[in-house]
Amino acid sequence: MEKQRYERPVIKKLETGMPNKFGLRSEYVPITHIEGNSVKELLSTYGSPLFVISERTLRQTMEKARTAFTTRYPKVQFAWSYKTNYLNAVCSVFHQEGSWAEVVSGFEYDKAVALGVDPKKIIFNGPDKSQEDLKKSIGNDSLIHIDHLDEFYTIVNISDKLKKKPRVAIRVNMDTGVYPMWDRFGFNYENGQAWDAISKIMHSKKMELVGLHCHIGTFMLAPSAYAIAAGKLADLAHAIQQKFNHEIKYIDLGGGFASRNTLKGAYLPGIDSSPSFDDFAEAVTTALINGPFKTEKLPLLILETGRALVDEAGFLLGTVISNKRSSTGRRITILDAGVNILFTSFWYDHKITPAQPFTHYTEETIVYGPLCMNIDVIRENASLPLLNKGDHVVIHHVGAYNMTQWMQFITLRPQVIMIDMNDKPHIIRDKETLGNINAVEHIPEHVKTLPR
Amino acid sequence: MMIINRNIAISETGFVFNPINGESFSVNPIGYEVISLMKENKQADEIMQYLLANYQVEPETCRKDLEDFMGMLKHHLLLEDKE
Repeated sequence: MEKQRYERPVIKKLETGMPNKFGLRSEYVPITHIEGNSVKELLSTYGSPLFVISERTLRQTMEKARTAFTTRYPKVQFAWSYKTNYLNAVCSVFHQEGSWAEVVSGFEYDKAVALGVDPKKIIFNGPDKSQEDLKKSIGNDSLIHIDHLDEFYTIVNISDKLKKKPRVAIRVNMDTGVYPMWDRFGFNYENGQAWDAISKIMHSKKMELVGLHCHIGTFMLAPSAYAIAAGKLADLAHAIQQKFNHEIKYIDLGGGFASRNTLKGAYLPGIDSSPSFDDFAEAVTTALINGPFKTEKLPLLILETGRALVDEAGFLLGTVISNKRSSTGRRITILDAGVNILFTSFWYDHKITPAQPFTHYTEETIVYGPLCMNIDVIRENASLPLLNKGDHVVIHHVGAYNMTQWMQFITLRPQVIMIDMNDKPHIIRDKETLGNINAVEHIPEHVKTLPR
Repeated sequence: MMIINRNIAISETGFVFNPINGESFSVNPIGYEVISLMKENKQADEIMQYLLANYQVEPETCRKDLEDFMGMLKHHLLLEDKE
């Protein structure tokens, strides 16, 4: 007779009427396959842990976002936010889908150019653009979003030398009714800094002011904040038209749309509480359409959405290293995927689903990563099915920021694969090796010899 | 030697009731089997042999999980000392 599948024996005290901070059981079915590929086989082929990107989800999410905005507003352009996930394969999918590139450093700029993006369709944001970065981007006629006056004066200087008239926008920060107000990027709207910067640009005649930009925050749960931002930028554009008889070509509302992850401390799961693309689109486009523009003069609406486009397409597969108990008797499960590769576990309660069949019994569990560091906590409280050593898990919604903010710390970074539209996996980033790390290090001659 | 408290009532569905303090618990099917075997005065080694014969599990994992389960029974005052 074949032996039955093992599940460790558990006993759970029944308490009625007690609030449960661990939340209710959320896993009902195992995720044994990701788009036709067995999790077990993927891990056996590519090693554990493993990042998986679904090309199908990337394209479908992009389509949802595009439809939400283009059905409500005639001129919409997405620009892929490189810092959210700049793996070349991921950027290429978004560029194939028609996105421009939105970069915030010389490194990201060069990455976009190397991928074949038309430099005229690269938006250069960020407070740190070096002389070399600016020379290059002005020479290439890229769109430069000015963050501060020091940058403005540098651009004036370079444009004189290159005898070019760069296309620029200014970054505007403002009160949109949300807390905290992001005021570190660009020029403030309410205190007049933004208008001052606009006037300086217009009077300099050294550059062409083509757009107005803002980035009001991150993981925004209030579409109304975008409506306020769009309204304020529209008013600025109108004032520029009135005073300088100059037409602003685009309004760029930056990024920050919330994904469907669950923020730590949130009462409801993100899948139920995060606004949809339609919610954001309705707020933004209504504000613009009701603004001061004539129909034929509506500015292009640019969106630099990153997180909400890529989060759901990313999975992190891992393996249970051990189960143990804490000093207070709480269940501890240790995975081979830690905060060094899952940076977003500092912000989110990531959903974790077993990759093999399980029963309806659960234990209140702390999920730790493999690092010899106290901070390595993937979930502080999770009501998880009973996992055995060697079992596999799927961690959901990890596409944004993890594959850019990950650290080579204690362990090497794992392989990343993309599953294509025909369910075929492709390696898009190799697992790091000791050779990669040592290749950029140098040991001075006098410390090379070790005592015997 | 620790044995399961004689007064403990356990149903086939895994509902455990301790009439001494009124506390109730639920156990999963394998937990139910372990408690049932304990009620038959089976010792830890015998229970482990039973689990190894019937379930797909390595001896090390089985021993560790069984010790952990016994620890939880003790924690919940479901075991008693027998001289």
